[in-house]
Amino acid sequence: MDLTVGEGEIVGFLGPNGAGKTTTLRMLTTLLHPTAGRATVAGADLLADPVGVRRRIGYVPQAIGQTMGGTDPSCLVIEELLDQAALYRLRPEEGTRRAQTLIGQLELSGLERRLVKTLSGGQRRRLEIALGLVHTPALVFLDEPTTGLDPQSRSNLWEHIGALRSELGTTVFLTTHYLEEADVLCDRVFVIDHGVIAAEGTPDELKRRISGDVVTLRVASRDGMARKLLADQPIVREISSADGTLRLTVEHGDQALPSLLRVLDAAGITPESINLSRPTLDDVFLTLTGRSLRDDSPVHHAPAQEQAS
Amino acid sequence: MTFIRDTLLVFRRQERLALRQPAWVIIGLTQPILYLALFGPLLKGLPTASLGTGTADDAYKFFVPGLLIQLGLFGSTFVGFAIISDWRYGVIERFRVTPVSRLAIMTGRVLRDVVTLVVQAAVLVLVGVAFGLRAPVAAVFIGFGFIVLVAVGLASVSYATALLVKSEDAFAPMINTVVVPLLLLSGIFLPLTLGPGWLQGIARISPFRYIIDAMRQAYEGHYFNTLMVEGIAVAVGMAAVFLWLGSRVFLRENA
Repeated sequence: MDLTVGEGEIVGFLGPNGAGKTTTLRMLTTLLHPTAGRATVAGADLLADPVGVRRRIGYVPQAIGQTMGGTDPSCLVIEELLDQAALYRLRPEEGTRRAQTLIGQLELSGLERRLVKTLSGGQRRRLEIALGLVHTPALVFLDEPTTGLDPQSRSNLWEHIGALRSELGTTVFLTTHYLEEADVLCDRVFVIDHGVIAAEGTPDELKRRISGDVVTLRVASRDGMARKLLADQPIVREISSADGTLRLTVEHGDQALPSLLRVLDAAGITPESINLSRPTLDDVFLTLTGRSLRDDSPVHHAPAQEQAS
Repeated sequence: MTFIRDTLLVFRRQERLALRQPAWVIIGLTQPILYLALFGPLLKGLPTASLGTGTADDAYKFFVPGLLIQLGLFGSTFVGFAIISDWRYGVIERFRVTPVSRLAIMTGRVLRDVVTLVVQAAVLVLVGVAFGLRAPVAAVFIGFGFIVLVAVGLASVSYATALLVKSEDAFAPMINTVVVPLLLLSGIFLPLTLGPGWLQGIARISPFRYIIDAMRQAYEGHYFNTLMVEGIAVAVGMAAVFLWLGSRVFLRENA
């Protein structure tokens, strides 16, 4: 695995459970000692200066699974923030100031004197993120920041994560197995599977490069003829048909559509309906690994051509 | 020094959390006080010679040091349970990615346990006095010194073991397997000299046996003799070895 993340980037590790996302993150945050290799994290050498790395980064652990997100249920919200500030060696008045700022930024106002165990899932996750930011790190690692949250809390958290970069210039390195999350937040995505990077690029690049766009055409009667004509077009990468519906994979679907229509028109075929869909990162993942991200289980991925009747 | 500051930081957090649940400190005290009230009177019925003390009331000079060690043994070997839940909450990991000393994650907790135990020991001694214990004040403080050494060692090793095992289900039987035989072989409730030779022989492997003997010497007003030297050597040695073992676990790069 070889990767570089630039300042102010939001980068995502996308992969199913067990792909190696958390392990990689734990190595980069000095929680696991790498058996081989080297890394420079926020300007500090991971192996030579682990304490330097710890001082410069923020880390928000995964909240679901064997261990939770790092807050103690019997602590008060304000205590967690002030303790965390002290752990990062902030002076007390500085710690109080940072705690107040973060309480405002992460919508925790009014919860200062509440026990952590009485917070909702979204509030507790925001507190955990606040803890990772207390020392204003230039680089923050978020391990599955929104896993286990309801959709509202999730999109609310996305706004906060986006604001980290837009307002503070923080570099964000996150792992996720939510495609929408990578799609919404990340400048760049590393698709990771079995401990190796299977692909890398912007969400758009990945979708284009790996799957292309999908054009679905409905031609009631002459589908065999239409399929033959379209398959001859160089821009068409894959084509399949079933029950009078043609499914084409093309690059740059928006530009390809007019020429495809012209070909059909020249043969006197008029489609009943036409639909262009951009692939999702799930399609990307399926293409790359043969597995779907949603259920984490191996699926039988038959290439489109084989489905042709 | 940053290590001391880090230890105090962890200590203050743990102390605050402990004071939020004072019930546990009280529950920890009920057992030795029950022994004092319900078992102590039985000792008064024993021939005084077998306890190595003068009068029947002096039975408490024999019994209270034993109860103090029992309190220390249980109070500090079970502390590991708390760190398993801290680990599960992700708190340990959260502390480990901050610049704070990783050793302070242990020493701060150990300090809290020592403070708790000394408070409990003081209460136990006061209750003992109410029952008829008459021991020199210096002896009481020497006893506290032993308790502190026992607690430092046992709490460190308890935290380290718990953090390695990471499961209450595995940790509980481990603790019981080790603590109960040690307790029985230490002559806490009855003098080992009442037992047969083979039992007295086996009992020499229990470090607490030496510590209790030394504490009883102090309670009798004997501060300078072989038993005292042995007791101090065993207590200091055990604390040092266990502290070192514990720190090895907390300073590991992978945990």
